[in-house]
Amino acid sequence: MDTYALLLAATLNAGTVLAIAGLGLLVNERSGIVNLGAEGMMLVAAIAGFATAVQTGSDWLAFGAGALSGAIMAGAFGVLVIWLNTNQYATGLALSLFGSGFSAFVGIHYTQERLQSRPHFAIPVLSDIPFFGPALFRQHPMVYLTILFTIVLTWFLYRSRAGLVLRAVGESPESAHALGYPVRRIRLLAVMGGGALCGVAGAYLSVVYTPLWVEGMVAGKGWIALALTTFATWRPSRILLGAYLFGGVTMLQFHLQGEGVQISSQLLTMLPYLATIVVLVLISRNPVWIRANMPASLGKPFFPGS
Amino acid sequence: MTTSTRRTVLRATAWSSLAVAAALAGCSKKDDTAPAAASAPAAEAAAAPASAASAPLKIAFAYLGPVGDGGWTFAHDNGRKALEKELGSQISTTFVESVPESADAERVFRDMVAQGNTLIFGTSFGYMEPMLKVAADNKGVKFEHATGYKTADNMSVYDNRTYEGAYMAGVIAGGMTRTNTIGVVGSIPIPEVIRNIDSYTLGAQSVNPKVKVKVVWVNEWFNPPKETEGAQSLIDGGADVLLQNTDSSAVLQTAEKNGKYAFGWDSDMTAYGPKAHLASAVNIWGPYYIKTARDVIAGTWKPGHTWWGVKEGAIDLVSISDKVPADLKAKVDKVKAGLKDGTFAIWKGPIASNDGKVQVKDGTTADDAFLGGIKFFVKGVEGQVPGAK
Repeated sequence: MDTYALLLAATLNAGTVLAIAGLGLLVNERSGIVNLGAEGMMLVAAIAGFATAVQTGSDWLAFGAGALSGAIMAGAFGVLVIWLNTNQYATGLALSLFGSGFSAFVGIHYTQERLQSRPHFAIPVLSDIPFFGPALFRQHPMVYLTILFTIVLTWFLYRSRAGLVLRAVGESPESAHALGYPVRRIRLLAVMGGGALCGVAGAYLSVVYTPLWVEGMVAGKGWIALALTTFATWRPSRILLGAYLFGGVTMLQFHLQGEGVQISSQLLTMLPYLATIVVLVLISRNPVWIRANMPASLGKPFFPGS
Repeated sequence: MTTSTRRTVLRATAWSSLAVAAALAGCSKKDDTAPAAASAPAAEAAAAPASAASAPLKIAFAYLGPVGDGGWTFAHDNGRKALEKELGSQISTTFVESVPESADAERVFRDMVAQGNTLIFGTSFGYMEPMLKVAADNKGVKFEHATGYKTADNMSVYDNRTYEGAYMAGVIAGGMTRTNTIGVVGSIPIPEVIRNIDSYTLGAQSVNPKVKVKVVWVNEWFNPPKETEGAQSLIDGGADVLLQNTDSSAVLQTAEKNGKYAFGWDSDMTAYGPKAHLASAVNIWGPYYIKTARDVIAGTWKPGHTWWGVKEGAIDLVSISDKVPADLKAKVDKVKAGLKDGTFAIWKGPIASNDGKVQVKDGTTADDAFLGGIKFFVKGVEGQVPGAK
């Protein structure tokens, strides 16, 4: 019984990294921009966050540093693709490659570092409930903040005026432009916001989750987060569920191995991408679903005045 | 200027800036992952000591990871430093780090030859074929390949008996576990790693017959988040002492976070988890590098297989924690002494695999050929070797 509580706890923790990055990518894809640089942004944020945590000892400052570095990288990407109309996919890939090299370069002196002892978190009273206590109420605050943020983001996208404008920019930048909205600036804001969230995810990985810095440590989680946005058909709540699902599959696979059940981890590694392709096929064959789900101008350049 | 031409210009600017960005990305990556022919040697020439009047033997090392990985590559670089200290002006060494196990490796080796190196060490299994190729074209250069199995007229193979370190760690793990369940985070299910898991188990059973061993595979040498997840699931499953056959310190740090015990692997990892760290099973490559360089200088170098362990000072269990009781430490010392003078063998029968088959008969000791091909878990390990029938 306790084992399953711990398995659930580990799942929530593993899913949180994917969820934060996935929600960030959702924000910038909702504005019509695809940023394939998630992996690179997360790596740079991971070293920025880790270095900050080593120097200051504060996790929250580390998340701030991660968010800032993610936003800066995303800002550079945004200027390239929004004003200079470079190819979004090529620029995103370049950002990803740049991030992995750059983070390794600046992180050389931090590979031997370690953080001070990590605090334990527990919600009073609730954490003592049998099964549910260890499963749900002994997590890092970021795990709960992520759930809260998902709710806030859902409200923002579907219930607030600003969210409506953001979605309008992603659906039809021409119309939004005609209505007088500064499409490019809104897109830049969305891209930087998405970068900041990817940055928080990267910092969470190096400061709380693993916690250490080594070259290439994000190890594909950025790509899974990208796949997740499609898998979740660009809905915040589904991103959260999808993240827990993918996180859970990973943890379950290790759990089963530990129990002596053999299960191919290679197969499970490709599962998120396979699921994404299945979702893409399902929504792509139905024009109504596609219109209902995918931001219509996703990946397309926008030329105001044309 | 019409809109369309302006747009063309803009687009051209954009593409060129993208090209610059991509080139920058490429450069920064090259600096620390793939060896840039021009920059790497220049940087390391400065690091190498000034050569003496008589032409020193030029030695080059190709590393799999960055020297700061705190594990496998770090240990090799310590070996290189020991070599420099011992032979001083008779040699000069350079290294290229983060050499991928791909076609790039061949380029690195050809580069090393072109720079006048006459002794080249490649420190990862995946360099075997590239080294063989380059060795065939450069008969005057001596090649040394770590952990492989193919040799040539001018190419040797060397490795350490890492399983001896795993056995000694197992002795401590067996004595320290409270749940009688210990765990291993495995990398890739090849004989070397399976042998280490088995030896760890045999070591634990030598002091605690009730001990069970759980294994998870991450299928990579180096993936800290995955190693963390694997370690966490072992701990959640009841294991309270962990060993890893992966290249980072993530498992040790996970144990530290959870208040459990773990070991350092390849290099001394005490600093990464001072409370969780019980001991480190380390590789000491220095003696072999010194011997090889001496042989080349003296002209007595011959190709062959070298497999050193505790006996030759290539494997050790170091930095044993104060938490380990004295009687357990004494047992480790006894094993160490026995391995040194040859009175003790780890793989001595009777040893059965976990499906009940006798693998090493009572009274016999497994030879190196047997050890090289181990594909079974010994009794006490849970589960099956992936891919085994």
